[in-house]
Amino acid sequence: MQTDLIQEARRQAEICNACRYCEGYCSVFPSLHAERAFSDGDITQLANLCHNCRGCYYACQYTAPHAFDLNLPKALAEVRRDSWESLAWPQPLARRFHTHGGAIALALVIGFALLFWATRAIGSSGGEGFYAVLSHNAMVAIFAPAFLLPLFSIAFSLRRYWAEVGGKPIQISDLTAALKRAGKMQDLAAGHGEGCNFEDEDRFSQGRRHIHHAIMYGFLLCFASTSVATVMHYVFGMHAPYGFWSLPKLFGISGGLLLTVGCGAMALLKQKSDRDLGDPLAWGGDIGFILLLGFVGLSGLVLYALGSTPLMPALLAIHLGSVLTFFLLTPYTKMTHGFYRLAALVRDAQRKRDVSMVR
Amino acid sequence: MATAKEAYDIAVIGGGNAALCAAMTAAEAGARVLILETAPKPYRGGNSRHTRNFRCMHSGPLGPLVEAYGEDEYLSDLLKVTGGKTDEHLARLAIRTSEECLPWMQEHGVRFQPSLSGTLSLARTNAFFMGGGKSLVNAYYRTAAGLGVDVLYEAAVTHLELNGDRIEWVDYSYEGQSHRIAPKAVIVASGGFQADTDWLTRAWGEPAKKFLIRGTPYNRGVVLSDLLDQGAESVGDPTQCHAVAIDGRAPKFDGGIVTRLDCVPFSIVVNKHAERFYDEGEDVWPKRYAIWGRLVAAQPDQVGYAIIDAKSLNLFMPSVFPPLKADTLDELAGMMDLPTEKLKATVSAFNATCGDISGFHPTELDGVATSGLTPPKTNWARPITEPPFYGYSLRTGVTFTYLGLKVDDTAQCSTPRGKIKNLWAAGETMAGSILGQGYLAGFGMTIGTVFGRIAGCEAAAYAN
Repeated sequence: MQTDLIQEARRQAEICNACRYCEGYCSVFPSLHAERAFSDGDITQLANLCHNCRGCYYACQYTAPHAFDLNLPKALAEVRRDSWESLAWPQPLARRFHTHGGAIALALVIGFALLFWATRAIGSSGGEGFYAVLSHNAMVAIFAPAFLLPLFSIAFSLRRYWAEVGGKPIQISDLTAALKRAGKMQDLAAGHGEGCNFEDEDRFSQGRRHIHHAIMYGFLLCFASTSVATVMHYVFGMHAPYGFWSLPKLFGISGGLLLTVGCGAMALLKQKSDRDLGDPLAWGGDIGFILLLGFVGLSGLVLYALGSTPLMPALLAIHLGSVLTFFLLTPYTKMTHGFYRLAALVRDAQRKRDVSMVR
Repeated sequence: MATAKEAYDIAVIGGGNAALCAAMTAAEAGARVLILETAPKPYRGGNSRHTRNFRCMHSGPLGPLVEAYGEDEYLSDLLKVTGGKTDEHLARLAIRTSEECLPWMQEHGVRFQPSLSGTLSLARTNAFFMGGGKSLVNAYYRTAAGLGVDVLYEAAVTHLELNGDRIEWVDYSYEGQSHRIAPKAVIVASGGFQADTDWLTRAWGEPAKKFLIRGTPYNRGVVLSDLLDQGAESVGDPTQCHAVAIDGRAPKFDGGIVTRLDCVPFSIVVNKHAERFYDEGEDVWPKRYAIWGRLVAAQPDQVGYAIIDAKSLNLFMPSVFPPLKADTLDELAGMMDLPTEKLKATVSAFNATCGDISGFHPTELDGVATSGLTPPKTNWARPITEPPFYGYSLRTGVTFTYLGLKVDDTAQCSTPRGKIKNLWAAGETMAGSILGQGYLAGFGMTIGTVFGRIAGCEAAAYAN
């Protein structure tokens, strides 16, 4: 990890620790105030707890032009991105996509090309609907490894994260506490529940939190759609295509809508935010990732709408190409933040549990 | 952006808590209000930027406040710190009104949070702003803008023309030009004069040049002195101020809360001759921090040195500056430029008079005292023996001065000939009316909020 980024975050955290005015905003400050000195692991944990809501920046009496020059949301965002890059595996891929939207676009084009090639080269020996274009077995052969390899990579990175931040054996209560906070995105709401300072300086707004909710739940619904369809296929022998009033379709369409609208709104919202309160280097990678994720949702919806037209085979290749790219890049793009956030919240739940046991 | 040509009913001078409370109240009463703030936007809000809580009377649980805090208890807490130098009528008005202020503050955008870690002793008496004073200031500016209040930043008021019993006009400079407006009423809420080192030196003498100013560099008392020169009635002693002992390495201005040092009760404090000069363990720190500014100011070169050993390092909130650290007292004396032998003698004499320390309790008056030492240390007296040794330098940090405009219970200013019909004052610039000496945590915001609202209401009634 880059020591200068960690050192700058540490300098700022020490000033915060002597002030403590922001204690009520989010998970970062109670965790920060529990320490007197900050190891590199402590800073990494604080960075991954921070949701970049920016409440602390606008409340801070020590931001520039004050000589103390505090900008904690930025300092932590930089450490955060660096921690994802440093902990990612395999390393050659790790430092491309967080900072380069163009690399994501290039990967997407390659994803399209692969799927077009697959539909041509492998194709199908018959089957209904989409399977007439690419057989079910071919899809499984492509997507099972494209799904499992990134998961393996992330698991490997999270293990390294856990060692870095001094995590302990996880109890069920740690997980439920973390999932509860993540599910409500409480750390994007500030302590008073009124949201972030994201799009209009110090005005509190639920905009970012609600949009992020749309993206997260949209993604989870799409994921649920595929999972349910897999179970229906293998366990119950019910094969696609499914009708509108089936679980895969209901989950998929609602999820696709949330994902498309959410990602579009997030890309617009980010244009209004002050780039200097985040990690300026990550701007291109973040926007690239949001557009990719939104495109996965949108192309899925278009495929559904035009699935019975002659455009279907091309649309299928485009949609599956974007899904493939999205999956393969998961450990190396902003998508990875969800895993680290959850890990940081679990670790924070452990810290709170330790404190309450001492008391 | 407003220009000088627009007709304003009320000009509010200053841009902190009192000014904003006055402006919002006046605007809600239908007045056209202009705020003239000397500071640039990032530094708007005067000392309110650095505040963190509001001392509030309450008859039962209220917002973040637990239990009850009645008028008489509040007043007696105030009288303890001011030594009775308090206008009881105005003090009771501020205290009584504080209870209705808290919900009003919430309605105007302020959010509170539970008492901060390390400040549990204030959970009953002081309501903490979520994010601190700057977030309060931000919320008030947003609310004021919504009410149609205009704000000019970097607008320095140079003169109020006092003619008999009224203010005729206000002169200010803005964007390199002089402007003159003639509002119907004027509210002065521009703080004390502590950032004017020359004035502070005239009042205090040479030592004042070494004082650090904890808050805004923009409170230079320009309007205050202009009005006093023209015969406005003043109140308060120019040598009185809210002053605390802070880390000697703090910047000259605007160091704020992070420069405070809470180590004194667990230390011995010596002057530059390595001599102790006051009982470090007289009372818990929240009740004593405000006298140490004056104690240090009375020492040669206006500096003190707090010395602790390893066993006390984690008993107080960390300061923003790490302490000097040494394995021996010789080395520490060298680092602090103190006479080595004398420091060792002072520490030995102190250690020799420490008694049974088994009853040591860091958060209560534990009675662990020295015997036969002058001055004594009456609580938390543990020998300084365990290396490494740590040292902090202490200097006087001034929060705000008390010499100010005399007001009545409608916040109205006067001359010896009677009321000034269209001039009101609120906040630190009139706090000397209530605080003759000493300070009570969170009371500055109470005075600012209560009298800001009164001034806004009265000025709007006059202007309408």
